[in-house]
Amino acid sequence: MDAEAAKYIGAGLATLGMIGAGVGVGTIFGHFLAGATRNPSAAGGQFTNLILGAALTEALGILAFVLGLLILFS
Amino acid sequence: MADPMHQFEIQKVVDLPSFTLPGVGAIDMSITNSTVAMLAAATLVILFFAVTTAKAAVVPGRLQVIGEGVFSYIDDLVVGIIGHEGRKFFPYIFTVFMFILAMNMLGLFLVFTATSQLAVTASLAVMTILIVIIYGVMRNGANMYKLFVPSGIPWYMLILVTPIEILSFLLRPVTLALRLFGNMLGGHVALKVFAGFVVSLGALAATGGVATLGYVAAALSLGGVVALTALEFLVAFLQAFVFAVLACVYLNDVVNLGHHH
Repeated sequence: MDAEAAKYIGAGLATLGMIGAGVGVGTIFGHFLAGATRNPSAAGGQFTNLILGAALTEALGILAFVLGLLILFS
Repeated sequence: MADPMHQFEIQKVVDLPSFTLPGVGAIDMSITNSTVAMLAAATLVILFFAVTTAKAAVVPGRLQVIGEGVFSYIDDLVVGIIGHEGRKFFPYIFTVFMFILAMNMLGLFLVFTATSQLAVTASLAVMTILIVIIYGVMRNGANMYKLFVPSGIPWYMLILVTPIEILSFLLRPVTLALRLFGNMLGGHVALKVFAGFVVSLGALAATGGVATLGYVAAALSLGGVVALTALEFLVAFLQAFVFAVLACVYLNDVVNLGHHH
């Protein structure tokens, strides 16, 4: 296989890591909504925790994205 | 299609002579478009607070309410996470939040986003983690090891947990820098790709025949650009907020080491 082609395939495969981050962020927001609809008065106070969890999960997806960029541009 | 990565290229605006630092080598001191974007962001923040606090009164006017609103929003955040001792970190957290927010927002209005440069986000992340480490050692001294040795678990588990804690601590500045960088870079690339679709599909549709259907796809991508721009405004705020929250959480680890409140 051409080295250039392998590079593009590799970059594409590296972005598959974002699947996990997508599932994780979806779980966080889904569970937040489930909890918020049960007890709406407690929902506002958990906004910081919600964003914190989403940010920490998303970081792993961003790592996959950066890895894809590294393969593509180095 | 136009190159979507072109917008991130550094271009020199004012050429200045390079400065040689012993042991490091030559450092290019030229003013680039990245420097200009950061200066514009800093000026914008200063102007914002100069205007909103120009006629400060006990009963705030309309502008003063905006300024005080931003101020108390971050103040509540810092005190909420760190506690009253966190007040001394408020100036740093607030400065970083406003600076990142201004850079993100300017990136959506102007041509260049300073936060899409890894050098900028890495500097902010390294600065934050250095404050965490230096303040932690100053305050806790040798007790800093408790950061990596959680209390209340059996000793044989520590063999497994301590390396993981050390690794996760070392990864903190890396993820802090990459999160902001990746979000901004990814968002702007997606915007440019969709905007490129509008032009290339429009050009294809102009050839006539069946290709005329390309106008529909071009209109759909135009709608996509509008929706993505709206999303990017949310992301621009959220990433500045996330940076501030994480800086608070990391500071909380060393300020309230060993006791939870």
